Amino acid sequence: MTTAFASDPVSTIAPVPTPAVSPASADTNYPPAERAAVDASARGPVLFFFGNGLLWLMLATVLGLITSIQLAYPSFLADVPFLSYGRIWPAFTNTLCFGWGSLAGLGVTIWLLARLGRVRVKLPGVLITGAIFWQVGLTYGIIGILGGKTTGLEGLEIPTGSAILMMIGYGLIVVWALMLFSFRSQSTPFISVWYLVAALLWFPWSFALAHAARFLPNVTGVMQGLVAAWASQNFLSVWLTAIGLAAAYYLIPKVVNRPVHSYNLAAYGFWSFILFTGLTGAVRLSGGPIPAWVVTLSIAANILLLVQIVTVTTNLVLTMRGQYHMVYHSPTIRFTFFGAIAFTVASCLSLFASLRSVDRIVHFTQFQNAETQLIIYSFFSMVIFGAIYYILPRLVGCEWLSSTMITIHFWGAAYGGGLLVVVLLLSGLATGYALTDPAATVRQIIETSSVYLAGAILGWLLIAVGHLVFGLHFLLMLLRIGQPGGEPTLFSPIGEEAKH
Amino acid sequence: MNRSNFLLCGIIGSFALSTFLLVLVPQMQLGGMQPQYNNEEGKITDIYPIENRGIVAAGRAVYVSEGCMYCHSQQIRDEQNGADIDRGWGVRRTVARDYLFDSPPLLGSSRIGPDLANVGSATWRNEPTDEDAMYKPAKRDAAWELLHLYDPRTIVKESNMPSYRYLFDKRPISGQRSVDALDVPVEDGWEIVPTSEAKELVGYLLSLDRSHPLKEVKSATPEVAAK
Repeated sequence: MTTAFASDPVSTIAPVPTPAVSPASADTNYPPAERAAVDASARGPVLFFFGNGLLWLMLATVLGLITSIQLAYPSFLADVPFLSYGRIWPAFTNTLCFGWGSLAGLGVTIWLLARLGRVRVKLPGVLITGAIFWQVGLTYGIIGILGGKTTGLEGLEIPTGSAILMMIGYGLIVVWALMLFSFRSQSTPFISVWYLVAALLWFPWSFALAHAARFLPNVTGVMQGLVAAWASQNFLSVWLTAIGLAAAYYLIPKVVNRPVHSYNLAAYGFWSFILFTGLTGAVRLSGGPIPAWVVTLSIAANILLLVQIVTVTTNLVLTMRGQYHMVYHSPTIRFTFFGAIAFTVASCLSLFASLRSVDRIVHFTQFQNAETQLIIYSFFSMVIFGAIYYILPRLVGCEWLSSTMITIHFWGAAYGGGLLVVVLLLSGLATGYALTDPAATVRQIIETSSVYLAGAILGWLLIAVGHLVFGLHFLLMLLRIGQPGGEPTLFSPIGEEAKH
Repeated sequence: MNRSNFLLCGIIGSFALSTFLLVLVPQMQLGGMQPQYNNEEGKITDIYPIENRGIVAAGRAVYVSEGCMYCHSQQIRDEQNGADIDRGWGVRRTVARDYLFDSPPLLGSSRIGPDLANVGSATWRNEPTDEDAMYKPAKRDAAWELLHLYDPRTIVKESNMPSYRYLFDKRPISGQRSVDALDVPVEDGWEIVPTSEAKELVGYLLSLDRSHPLKEVKSATPEVAAK
């Protein structure tokens, strides 16, 4: 077993001196030839994860667009049972989270663990088999949801049978990824690795426990709801967030060619994240029929998370200090830094919305969808896009063909996603205030959101354009149609100081 | 201590803490809950809640498979948390015991439509109808619910709810017009009748009544609650 992930012979013959302090800059201390060998070993599975993740993203885009049209025009596709809103909506959220989010996130995870651990991926077929199991389960699950077969638990709609297939696939992937971690040749793990290991370990337990809770004796009624809320909050706030932050902690220092500003801040951020995030789940049922202390605990955890928000933001922004011009040049930085800022905004918004005085207004409204949208799309997906722009040229051996296409993708994703979030926030506030007015009739409450619905459709259309262009660009890269390798494709040329 | 062991212990520890506080302790608190009942000299009366059986259970499954919970919540929050009770959506906040037999619980997280926690209660059934609507049934009864499912905008003019026409059959009248046929315009010789799913769903909706008094929660208007 030890040979399966043995580190490169070069390092055993002439070990690179391990720095006394934790490595602030990630993987610059080993030769480019070895880096290329690590990249080559990861190529198959990482391309497979990215490619499949993108297909799920395309499906999610179509489904998201349909739901936004249905909210404005309730008759749209209403006569087709499997396309009615009540089925398209959960199909959309599950496709986005478990299709795009998980696969693209795992692709980034595998590449980062190999790169940062200075270890080659052996037997990549195991990872690909895992991804196939995951997707077969997910496909059955989505078909089930569209056919009306669902667990009825929000965030965990995929029927348990399909979920078991997904878990088998995930098991293969996580074992292989943790092997990369334990056979790494860099003894002190970089901060990104901490987040990745946390994500890998948290997800399966929380997902499996939430499904098990449906069948365990005596777990009835609101307990199932609480466990489902806890698990889906964990998925968003632990799993997606951890992978997004891991990628941001890697990419930003790497591209601006500076070490992470402070390793101590990074450590404080990580430990407060891992300690408090898992306690925030009950805010989803705030004011609901669960014991009040659980909600109070979750609100307190949300407030304590301020430590993480401040430390992570400070650290990433200070790492960028003096290099902000890179957002004009480097696609990777533009996407990743946008995502990092969106993380801060999303976290502050979630904290704000969890306070009882705010929650009583915005609960049950589109405001909560805006929070989710910010985390999944404006933060996580943008960082992952940035990561794909960085990683893909290193896997296929050529650079992105067109900076114009990257620009269109960015504007579509940033403006479309941003517009969607703003529209959902305003709509949520309007509905929320109407809901707190006892004299408002149901019709008046519904009307508050109607002016914003067109904005949501426009947002989705912009996102769709961005994704189409990105999908095409990705396909061209797979066909090796691009600029010759060596220099990254930039929006505009930069001075000598910041090349990477 | 080895740095990566420390990391792994920290991660597992944080997960254990989260599971303990948000799953295990609430489960210990709620797990043994029983329905509320009166014990009058060995005779058990007035049990609430009761299990979902028959048409209610079947209709509940339709509610889940059509995804009604993505637009309709089923939870009444107390006066400190919004205007649910003042608006008349319920006489008291809903508590864990209300959902004792609900698996999965259909709490809902979104109110794109109204809350349905008490849609089968007397208050809701007697609600005045929409003045501008095409049809103005006197009560929100089974006929109202069926018509509303078939085409919400005939009853609530600006409703944003999709029509569930696929829960109804359009068929030629053979002999007598069905007693179930909806009172909607349709070509001569044809009728619109609800499928069993539509009937079950309406049966479930009309069973939704969480106004029964419970000792752990104060009802807003005692005279209604004590009916």
